[in-house]
Parts: sequence; C-alpha cells; structure tokens
Amino acid sequence: MSHIWSMIAKRLALGLLTLFIVSLLIFGATELLPGDFAEEFLGQAATPETVAAIRRELGLDLPMHTRYIEWLTGVVQGDFGNSLSNRRPVVDLISTRLGNTLFLALYAAAIAVPLSLMLGILAALFRNSFFDRFSNASALTSISFPEFFVAYILIFWLAGRGGMFPSMASFRGDPSLGEMLYRTFLPALTLTLVVTAHMMRMTRAAIINLLASPYIEMARLKGMKPMRVIVRHALPNALAPIINVIALNLAYLITGVVVVEVVFVFPGLGQLMVDSVAARDMPVVQAVALIFAAAYVLLNLTADVLATLSNPRLVHRR
Amino acid sequence: MGFLIGFLWFVAVIAACMAAGWLFRTIAIAVTPKGVKKELRTAPLTASFGMLVIIIYIIVAVFAPLIAPFPERAVLGAEYLPWDDVHLLGTDNLGRDMLSRLIFGARNTVGIAFATTALAFLIGSILGLLAATVGGWLDQALSRAVDVLMAIPALIFSLLLLTIFGTSILTLIIVIAIIDSTRVYRLARSVALNIVVMDYIEAAKLRGEGLWRLITREILPNAMAPLVAEFGLRFCFVFLAISALSFLGLGLQPPMADWGSMVKENATLIAFGDITPLLPAGAIALLTVSVNFVVDWQLHRASGLKE
Repeated sequence: MSHIWSMIAKRLALGLLTLFIVSLLIFGATELLPGDFAEEFLGQAATPETVAAIRRELGLDLPMHTRYIEWLTGVVQGDFGNSLSNRRPVVDLISTRLGNTLFLALYAAAIAVPLSLMLGILAALFRNSFFDRFSNASALTSISFPEFFVAYILIFWLAGRGGMFPSMASFRGDPSLGEMLYRTFLPALTLTLVVTAHMMRMTRAAIINLLASPYIEMARLKGMKPMRVIVRHALPNALAPIINVIALNLAYLITGVVVVEVVFVFPGLGQLMVDSVAARDMPVVQAVALIFAAAYVLLNLTADVLATLSNPRLVHRR
Repeated sequence: MGFLIGFLWFVAVIAACMAAGWLFRTIAIAVTPKGVKKELRTAPLTASFGMLVIIIYIIVAVFAPLIAPFPERAVLGAEYLPWDDVHLLGTDNLGRDMLSRLIFGARNTVGIAFATTALAFLIGSILGLLAATVGGWLDQALSRAVDVLMAIPALIFSLLLLTIFGTSILTLIIVIAIIDSTRVYRLARSVALNIVVMDYIEAAKLRGEGLWRLITREILPNAMAPLVAEFGLRFCFVFLAISALSFLGLGLQPPMADWGSMVKENATLIAFGDITPLLPAGAIALLTVSVNFVVDWQLHRASGLKE
C-alpha cells in the first residue's frame, strides 16, 4: 500500500504547485494593465490624494515581488486584506457566503450524482429503446441551454402562478434545515438539470463500452439477469471514467453557481464576485477567484486519486 | 389535464420543426449545384432544421435595420406594455420595443460571439500548429502555459480579467478569445502531432519548404475537418459565455440590445407569469441547439468517410 500513499503525496504536491502558479497568475494579472490600477479604478474621481491612498491601500508603491509575498503570507494565515468599496476585511465578507455556496453545491450534487448514475445505468440497460433515445436527445438539448434560461423556466413553472416554491432564495431569519432545503430547492434543481445530462451520457458510454468484453458475454451466458450483469460486472470496471466525469461536473457546478446565484438572489460567493467585478473591488475578486480555483484544483486531484483507487490493478501493483 | 395539453403542444412543435427541416432540405436540394446537392442528401432532419435556423439568424442579423419596425434604442411608450398590434411583443423596462431589440440583439450578440470565436481560432490554431511542427522548448513552454490557464475555471478567469481591464466590447472579445484559444490550442496541437510524423511532411521538409508554407499548405488542409467541427462547438461555448456575462451585467453594455442583458432587465415579469423575457433566452438556446445539430451531422460524416 505504501506506493499508494507516495502517489497521493505526489499528486498533492503537484496540486499545490498548480495552485501556487495560479495564485501568481491571479495576483500578477493586475500588472498587465497599462498604466496604474489606482487611477483606472478611480476614473473621474482621481485626485493625487485619492490615488495615493488607493496605492497605499493596495501596496502599489512597493515592488511586485514584495507585494506578492506579503499577499501570499496573508492568504495562508487567512487574511485577504480589506475590501476597496466598504473597507471591511475580505474574510468577513467571504466566510458566511462560502458556507452558503458550499451548501447549494452539495445540495445539487446530492441530487444530481445518484440521479445521473441511475439514469445512465437505465439508458445502458435499455439502449436504443425509446427511453434511451429520449434521454439522449434531452441531454443534448439541456447542454445547449444557458443556465439562466433553465432557471427562469423553472421559476415560471414552479414559482410563478402556482407559487409552489419561492423564486428568491434568502437565508433571512435563521431558518431550520428543512426550511433551507425548501427555499433553495429551485436553484439546486437548476444546477442539477445543468450537470445531469453530461454525467448521464458519460455513464452510459462508459458502461456500453464494456458490454462488448468477453467476460460480460460469459456472465450473460451463465444466465444472469441483465441488470445484475451491468451493476455487478460492468459498473466496477466503468468506475474510473465515471468518477472523472463526476468530478469534472462538480467543478463545473462551481462556475455554474455564479449565474444561478444571481438569478435567485442567493447570498453566496458567486453573487459577491459579480458585485465586486462591477465595482472593480480587486482584493475581493482576487480572494474569491483563488477560492474557486482552489476548489477546482482540489476536485480534479480527488478525482485522480479516486480513479486510481477504484482500479485494483493499480492499488496492488508489484 | 394541463400536463397532457403541454405534452401535445411539445409534440406539435417538434413535428412542425421536423416538417420545416424537411421542406428546407427538399428546396435546398432542388436549387443548389450538383456537388452540394449530394452532401445535402445525407443530412438528417435535425441537421436540416439546424441549417434552416442558422440561415434565418444570419438573414435577421444582416438585415436587422430593414426588418425591425422600430429603432434599437428609441423609448416609444410606457414600460412593460403587453403584446398588441403596434408593439408585437410589447415594450421592455424602459419602454423600448421588444421585437426590435430582439432583432438587433441577433446582430450584436451573434456578431460579437462570431468575431470572438474567429479570433480564438486564429490564436489557438496558429500556436497549436506551430507548437506541433517546431516541437522542443516552444512546445513545452506553450503547453505548460496553456495547462496553467486551464487550471482556472473559464468564467471565473474572465470575471477576474474583466475587473482589471474594465468592461468594454473590445476587452470582452479579447479576454474571451484568449481564454477559449487555450482549448483550440489543445485540439490543434494534438491533431497536428499525428500529421507531422507522416512521410510526406518529411519529404516537404527535405524539399526545403519553409515553416509557414509547411503549416498552411501541408498540415492545415489535413487538420481542417476536426477544426471546423470544433469551430461550431466553440461558437456555442463562446456564445453561452458572452450571454452569461451580459446577463451578469458585465458583457455588452446598455443601451446596446443584447439577449443576455435583455433577460436580466425584464426578469421581474417572469414571476408574474409573462413569458416575454424568456424569448431572448429561448433565442440563445435555439441557436446553440441548431449549431449542435449541424456539428453532430458533420462529425458523423467526417468519421464515416474515414472508415
């Protein structure tokens, strides 16, 4: 088993390296601006005093590498600096919203992953039937829809005239867990619809790929039920690609969450990021971008490790 | 009962679309010259419907000022007027004619998405082919740079860059084009890698062909089929990305008519059971679905020819 640990350690080191370079990129992108960020940020209101104040606030008067090292040590200690627009520490702005966004993403994942696995297995079982064709066509269609279209259709149907669900997802007044699940049902359903199609198609493809192998033929000739052949024999070998695709889609949830949060006025990180981009609030945007990128890298890393662990030939290698 | 009526409508719309596709294919086969005719015969109904929609969008985009009943930015009456004879689709949140803005939106949104995709392809495919042909340190440097750029989610990265450079049409085009060119680079490089090892490339090199001629005359024609299919897919992604940014208020800026921001501006109506704000979103969805249908057919054809 020791080589598994060394593999995980290697992957982790590689992930950290990627994250380090990404942080360089996120921080260094400001340097690409011709001229000065302080003047650009203030625009019409740029007097020598205000420009100097902003420059001091962002430390723009120091050389770039000192600034980066200061920023990075701050980040590692959980200090992202102060917001430009309301002077509050960025950490305070982020902490509750990060929890909300994670709640929404996990909620969507908890519906989407089992649902797409089940649909994918069923589509593989009844392949070329009406069910299969229908689910394939709707998958292709839902991939080409913009997220906000799906979201507004759901609002129109489920929140408009009938008013079964609230069209705005706020956490005001400390709701209980059930109440929270009810209020965030529509955003979670939107995210589910957006990612299910892709996961389902890949699950189906991974299983069908294996159905031509001799050992599946053998299992079938033994007189096994088709469902048992797929679940007990094909699925374990199809796990690696399925895990990869699930991780990819969970990573996609991270970016999809931005648009969906804006539609449903959900107090999460995505909403914060969009507001900060409009106000050109650099420290907040950098912090949120770093968190999203870290989650993205971490998910890909987990997928790599899990895909390896799902293959006994790689775990018990001599 | 409501569900049944909805389902019947759904079936009727699908049938009408297929009929339109069939009609379009029949007419197209009748009027086009011989070479094209043969290829059109292989098109399934979904692909012919897709082509029909794309052609309609192009016509609307090119002749927008002639088709639209009112100017793009003129305030004509009260806000949120319902559908009537003068304003066929009512007016928007500032009292501008919805139908006219929808028509001008075709020009702005689709035009900018197309320009962005073209730019992304220019950057991505030139660098990708160059990396595959030259190899060595250039390949290493470019590929590692692309790996890093792809480690950040695309939407987040474009939001970051738009904070720094501000939101204008030009920055929007350049930012999205650069982010998407990384994906094009990956494809162009991997396709070209299989081509550069062929004997005829060796022969061309021995003949003393220069790098530029080698790429454009020898490699590019053989890499064209996958790149063209990728162009369609990329266009969809770019189109959706720009619409999402406009929807967030960070893409095309008002008073320019744009489908993404039109949805956002009129979204309040949806909660009251009015579907007008869904029309621009539907227009986006219809175009992406159509492009996907055509790309699907082309990919199928390309893979079929190889066998």
